Amino acid sequence: MNIKQMIIVGMADLNACKSPGVLTTLGLGSCVGIALYDPLSKVAGLAHCMLPDSTKIQNNNVEAKFVDTAVAKLLMQMQKMGANKRMIKAKVAGGAQMFAFNATNDMMRIGDRNVEATTKVLGQHGIPILAKDVGLTYGRTVELYAETGAFLIKTIGHGNKTL
Amino acid sequence: MDFINLNSLHLDVLKEVSSIGTGNAINSLSQITNKRIGMDVPKVTFLEFKDVSTSIGPADDMIIGILVSISGDINGMVMFLLGLDSARTILNYFYEIPKKPGEDFNELDVGSLQEVGNILISSYISALGTLINKRIIPAVPIVAIDMAAAILSVPAIEFSKMADGVLHIETVFNSGTDQVSGYFLLIPDLESFNTIMRSLGVM
Repeated sequence: MNIKQMIIVGMADLNACKSPGVLTTLGLGSCVGIALYDPLSKVAGLAHCMLPDSTKIQNNNVEAKFVDTAVAKLLMQMQKMGANKRMIKAKVAGGAQMFAFNATNDMMRIGDRNVEATTKVLGQHGIPILAKDVGLTYGRTVELYAETGAFLIKTIGHGNKTL
Repeated sequence: MDFINLNSLHLDVLKEVSSIGTGNAINSLSQITNKRIGMDVPKVTFLEFKDVSTSIGPADDMIIGILVSISGDINGMVMFLLGLDSARTILNYFYEIPKKPGEDFNELDVGSLQEVGNILISSYISALGTLINKRIIPAVPIVAIDMAAAILSVPAIEFSKMADGVLHIETVFNSGTDQVSGYFLLIPDLESFNTIMRSLGVM
């Protein structure tokens, strides 16, 4: 697929598309990439979140920045495009710890906390997580194909895989 | 103040702070390498998140990030970022057998970069501490080599707690014909940001 046909989802950003669209986010680090997909209507959605919880931060008007508000907004956007919430399944990537040695520092554990929040929030919405490629210490570029729901994960030096 | 609301005065102050910090850092690099190293006036910009990933090149290009946590009177982190070519140029200042263009980085290179980062960031912090008359203690530097956007996500997330963007300070320095670009990111927490501004008579 030509890169020009891909919809790029930036940091603190989200987007949805219908088949045969492709959503991508480049270089997920400690941020978490949440891929949602309804196989029946072939509507796909991708969010690139930076922080776990909007209620813990005063400055919280950018919905896509936080896992909780991003999932709610993305679901709404997908439903408007014809997705059925009960059919939607999730795949999750990212949440790495880019700088490895300071694991005790809370600031450094943000990747883990983003993934924990994602699991919790998707659970609250009743959305099952089909697959995860999270944690560890390297960046990931992801592509979500609305035609098949395939979630491609590319890394530098740690291989590529499809969830 | 709930979150950072930067005005042009803040940006000017930060530009000055970074000039002094970077100048001191480059001076140290110049001394240990015995090279004349010049620098441009730093460019200070406030970037929206959507522009952060591509702020120093393509989002999935490999870059090197050297991170130092800071504590004491100012809490947060300082990051020094540089491209692979720039890193090879800096390493070749020290190596008898120069690294070839495109050559991979081995364990020795990472260790050397960690030390270079240590010198640069410590000098940067020391200049900042003197300027604002505060005690700042740097931790041991940590090096990561990965996609630009992934490395930048670390400072971006820190900033995201208090602003809808990232303060970005670009410094270009060079020695003779070697162009070396480096980027210092100073990421104080909110309280420390206010401390810096107050110490300099802003706000």
